[in-house]
Amino acid sequence: MAAVDSWSWFPALALGVSFLKCLFITAYHSTDFEVHRNWLAITHSLPVSRWYHENSSEWTLDYPPLFAWFELGLSHAARHFDPDMLLVENLNYSSPPTVLFQRLSVIFTDLMLIYAVRECCRCVQEQKGCRDVLNRPSFVLAALLLGNFGLLIVDHIHFQYNGFLFGFLLLSVAKHMQHKHLQGALLFSLLLNLKHIYLYVAPAYGVYLLRSYCFTHDNTDGSVSWRSFSPLRLMALGGIVASVCALSFGPFIAMGQLPQVLSRLFPFKRGLCHAYWAPNIWALYNTLDKILATLGVRVRLLQEAELPRASMTGGLVQEFQHSVLPSITPSITLACTLLSILPAVTSIWLRPRGARGFLRCLLLCALGSFVFGWHVHEKAILMAILPLSILAVENREDAGIFLVLTTTGHYSLFPLLFTPAELPIKVCLMLLFTIYSFTALRTLHSGQVSLLHPLERVYLLGLVAVAFACEVAFPLSPWQQMLPFLPLLVTSVYCSLGVCYCFLRLHATLLRPDQKTKQP
Amino acid sequence: MQTWSLVSMCVLLGIVVRWGVSLNSYSGAGKPPMFGDYEAQRHWQEVTYNLPLQEWYFNTSENDLNYWGLDYPPLTAYHSLVCAYVAKTINPEWVDLHKSRGYESPAHKLFMRATVLVADLLIYIPAVVLYCLYLTDGSTKKKVCTVFCFLLYPGLILIDYGHFQYNGVSLGFALWGVLALGLGWDALGSLAFCLALNYKQMELYHALPFFFYLLGKSFKLGLMGRGLFLLVRIASTVLVTFALCWLPFLSDPGDAMQVVRRIFPVARGLFEDKVANTWCSLNILIKIRSILSIDSQIYISFACTLLAVLPSCVRLLMKPTFWQFKLALVNSSLAFFLFSYQVHEKSILLAALPVCLLLNDLPLMVIWFLQASTFSMLPLFLKDGLLVPYAVTSLAFLFFSIYLLSALEHCSEEELRLGVYHRLLFCLPKLDLAWIVKWKFYISVSAMAGLSVVTVALVPPTHLPDLFPVLVSSTAFLHFLGTFIYFNIVQFSEPPSRKSQKKND
Repeated sequence: MAAVDSWSWFPALALGVSFLKCLFITAYHSTDFEVHRNWLAITHSLPVSRWYHENSSEWTLDYPPLFAWFELGLSHAARHFDPDMLLVENLNYSSPPTVLFQRLSVIFTDLMLIYAVRECCRCVQEQKGCRDVLNRPSFVLAALLLGNFGLLIVDHIHFQYNGFLFGFLLLSVAKHMQHKHLQGALLFSLLLNLKHIYLYVAPAYGVYLLRSYCFTHDNTDGSVSWRSFSPLRLMALGGIVASVCALSFGPFIAMGQLPQVLSRLFPFKRGLCHAYWAPNIWALYNTLDKILATLGVRVRLLQEAELPRASMTGGLVQEFQHSVLPSITPSITLACTLLSILPAVTSIWLRPRGARGFLRCLLLCALGSFVFGWHVHEKAILMAILPLSILAVENREDAGIFLVLTTTGHYSLFPLLFTPAELPIKVCLMLLFTIYSFTALRTLHSGQVSLLHPLERVYLLGLVAVAFACEVAFPLSPWQQMLPFLPLLVTSVYCSLGVCYCFLRLHATLLRPDQKTKQP
Repeated sequence: MQTWSLVSMCVLLGIVVRWGVSLNSYSGAGKPPMFGDYEAQRHWQEVTYNLPLQEWYFNTSENDLNYWGLDYPPLTAYHSLVCAYVAKTINPEWVDLHKSRGYESPAHKLFMRATVLVADLLIYIPAVVLYCLYLTDGSTKKKVCTVFCFLLYPGLILIDYGHFQYNGVSLGFALWGVLALGLGWDALGSLAFCLALNYKQMELYHALPFFFYLLGKSFKLGLMGRGLFLLVRIASTVLVTFALCWLPFLSDPGDAMQVVRRIFPVARGLFEDKVANTWCSLNILIKIRSILSIDSQIYISFACTLLAVLPSCVRLLMKPTFWQFKLALVNSSLAFFLFSYQVHEKSILLAALPVCLLLNDLPLMVIWFLQASTFSMLPLFLKDGLLVPYAVTSLAFLFFSIYLLSALEHCSEEELRLGVYHRLLFCLPKLDLAWIVKWKFYISVSAMAGLSVVTVALVPPTHLPDLFPVLVSSTAFLHFLGTFIYFNIVQFSEPPSRKSQKKND
């Protein structure tokens, strides 16, 4: 009886967040809106063989085939709203029914996220003797995941389907926590075929499943027992992954279009950093390069004319050369990324610590690729923030890291919504989420002692100053004309310090001895 | 979690919802030549900024009163003037005399919406928070839930941030008045209420309870002693406040009279559009406006209003407690809405505010009424293109207020204050009234939902083009009438809870 009653808050919370999302239907939407509308049109009105060849819009289909099938499914519902949105030649079409349909499609597919969050909440350990619903780990986790500021603004204002996709990721994590590894693997391979950016966390899955599923038991000292290898389990896993991929890519392989599809999925013509630098190591690198170049010109070590003409703050320039420091190539970033995830992956191979250990490895992979990856979007930070929420409600130290990472990561999403009309929404939602996460996590880890180190607090307060300077003071100052991209630069540099710091802190937790709370 | 964080989260959520609604269209967007209330407010900024104060309320060559002439009291005009100064510094085109007529742009919309939000943040929202924290009973959590529901009442949000008006200002001032009276600061309360009255003449709906509460309180203190002192203090506060607000117009009595004439436009008829009040509903059966002259319409409506207000005011005078005061506010504003002259559908907000004050005491009834009041403005919202925010905010409010205030669990006969009905209906067999009320609530909510869907989805038959608005307004009228009777009975029954009396002293 109590179990039934004690979950009544979950539908209420989910419904409340969904209502909130509905209010943003008429808000600003980015070009991603047109991207998805165009994909609806392509999948609806063209034969499958044309999907990855069609290029009348600049927003060509560059997600894996399963996502294209998903769009095809959506387009059948879209027909009833406004058939004109399904015409390929109707570029930049956004009639009110189209907007309504697209927004509602995001809100409804978020049901996947809601279900996944529900499953994750079942897996967290409840504290005993806690009667207040608001202070229960499962409630806090649900609020942190469903009300996540980043997801709200990226999906429901900027426009993308991340909630739906993260639903797959979180559900697969929850399945692993419930020891249903095959289901978890199936969900993850579906996810990979929906959006290939999740390849970044694939190493964690591969190593974890191989080590903890294919080897049925460990030696007494915790090392791998080679003789316990179960080929049957490996074949089951392989079968699942292969059949999902066959389902998704099969038709294109049959039509001999695989190279074309792959060239769409992995375009390497883009630059090291996105127009707005994601807060990672390369943002620091670029800034250092810029500073050195300026200093070099000042002290007459360099000739200004000899420097490559690259406007670092220019926003639009996608490819540029570094002036002083060596230029970075994709292979360098790949090597750095692989190196950065190595400790985490080795750790779960040598010392498997159950699903929690896997989750930690997963988010380190996500964060490692965010910090060192090629052409990273600032939105990718969500891939680390969301899984970290689960760890944060269970562990005090992780909660501290979570607070720093979410606050900086979320703040770095601010430039995504640059329209003045959305300013109050982004500021209020960010405050709402930040206040909630700070107070809820602090109450949860029941301490008068702050979760944060004093220096971390100073850093986060500095973020407020940066926000004020960038959003309010700068637009009113005369530099607005001369250096229009300065706020973006400052934001990404300041945030990248926090992100890199969290990256290091999380690596340090790998060395932490096993705790009782870690065992499921 | 601490109270401050919960309350600040409620307020932030309130702001997000308000701003989310404000992204939608406003009244008269892109509809020349008259546009709508949005243009009216912009036009007032233009007039007050460019013309000398003496011309504001007069029809002159520079000021065409037929085009959204200023018809609110001076405080509104001053507010427009302040907004106009801000507008001028941002973009002079926005308040250019004559040339700016019908000006619309995304930036201007943003500016106008921001002025509403700023006014709300300064006046309405703090009043709501303080009222719920200091003048409602129950645990902290319950208080926070009340703040949440109060702030998210959809009717006010949709009118202020969708349709475009500044009701938050006048209602906020009135709420400050209630708050001050509840805390025992009578002079400050009357000051706040005078500001409300000078912002919007419709605040007269609340004037009688304020008057009788303070009068009754003075009587109780003894008219010869402290009561007289209190009365004099309040009277002088009122006079001074009024004098200050009207100061610029007092130099010439003609000016002041013209303002009064503009504020009370008698010539506009008994009612406009489809209002859910008695006259409009009666109009379905009898065409009153064609039978009676304007004068007799005024007298009849005046007499009816007076009759309807009288019982609750007399009761308040006899028993000037805060509980009675809140109920009298509800009854008086509902009486005015139902019976007075020239009522707009938006005036239901004036009744909704005092009803919100009772959120904690009679949750089910209050939620029911608030839902009906939002529903009564449906035709207006549809005209303004606010269907989606209407549906979202109403559903969310209905669900969350019932869930958070556990309204459906607290509906025993005692909690609904239904005891009197048993005495009134003594001849009937003993019925489970609470059960009946609950079912009536379900039926009425589904009726409102059904009518909303039908209005949106179906085309009315050609010979009855106003079928749906009339259905909406008469359904809402039945709800309002029922609420009016119910709250009158509550006012005349015993104040059953010790809790509400505790607050009076």
